[in-house]
Amino acid sequence: MTDTTLSTQESIFTSTARDWSSDMTTFKGVPWGKAMMWIFLLSDTFIFTCFLVGYMVMRMTVTEAWPVASEVFALTVWGVSVPLLLIAIMTFILITSSGTMAMAVNMGYQRRKWAVFWLMLATALLGASFVGMQCYEWSKLIIDEGIRPWGYAPDHDLGAPQFGSIFFMVTGFHGLHVSVGVIYLITVAIRVVRGKYDHTNFEIVEITGLYWHFVDLVWVFIFAFFYLW
Amino acid sequence: MATEGQQHPIKIYFLIWLLLFVLSFFSYLVDFYHLEGNLRWFLIVVFMLLKAGFIVAIFMHMKWERFALIFGILTPPLALVVLMFLMAIESDYAWSTRVVYMGEDPAPKPESPSHYKKSEEEKGH
Repeated sequence: MTDTTLSTQESIFTSTARDWSSDMTTFKGVPWGKAMMWIFLLSDTFIFTCFLVGYMVMRMTVTEAWPVASEVFALTVWGVSVPLLLIAIMTFILITSSGTMAMAVNMGYQRRKWAVFWLMLATALLGASFVGMQCYEWSKLIIDEGIRPWGYAPDHDLGAPQFGSIFFMVTGFHGLHVSVGVIYLITVAIRVVRGKYDHTNFEIVEITGLYWHFVDLVWVFIFAFFYLW
Repeated sequence: MATEGQQHPIKIYFLIWLLLFVLSFFSYLVDFYHLEGNLRWFLIVVFMLLKAGFIVAIFMHMKWERFALIFGILTPPLALVVLMFLMAIESDYAWSTRVVYMGEDPAPKPESPSHYKKSEEEKGH
């Protein structure tokens, strides 16, 4: 019970049984904030997966043709229609922001506060530009393509009327996560340079990073299921 | 461990960053070259799971966490896999009742590759 040394020699099963039964902190070496963030992300995983399963049910039960994604989301550049161009740019922006966030976490553990600040600010800016592009995408779908939360505007018909409802709900919920993440990143970045976390090991940067990487993770699934499937 | 934090060489982050770019580019190419059928689905799912795995393992440091945390976080989503299978069975049934009892047209069962074919033919490609 009082043995707090962390052995890496024993098997994963022995170490897990010992960790859970040690009558103290279960997640050894994990700051409580990080464990809580992981548990929050787990609950968020359930929400997003339930949405995606709902989408799957819609796709499988609908008896009308589903709108063709690569035509709906095509972007016309200099008179040439390029499928999924905007979505590809959004995907690369989000991956880049994940990269800068990973750098910020690394700088945090080296206690380089200004590097953390600028990297987190860059991450927030990339996230904000992602939301901006999503606004553009939505307005294009609503105004040009006539997609409505249920069905289509008069003289517009791309197929199954369920498309708008599930698309706007899931991408909207993800966009909300990105927007909240941008605010979260900026808040933590400012608090880091103001010295709020000087007495800690800057694990707050890693916790913020976990949230941000999760947003990127959800986009991986949305990209595959909504835009490519 | 608690005072060390998750510190790893920057090189691995750059490597994963690059890898995510490449995998995203590949999944974009799947759409660009209009791959169809099982090959399309297989590639989309493989690239998706690889990207998700790298993000969780490296960017979110899951690879270096103790097994108690990995186990605590990664096993509950298995319930979601069960949910997915149950709902897939149910959807198949719901779709067939719509066709049999509501007189819906079974032809446009939503499968994106067949959509591709249809729209391509209409355009006269």
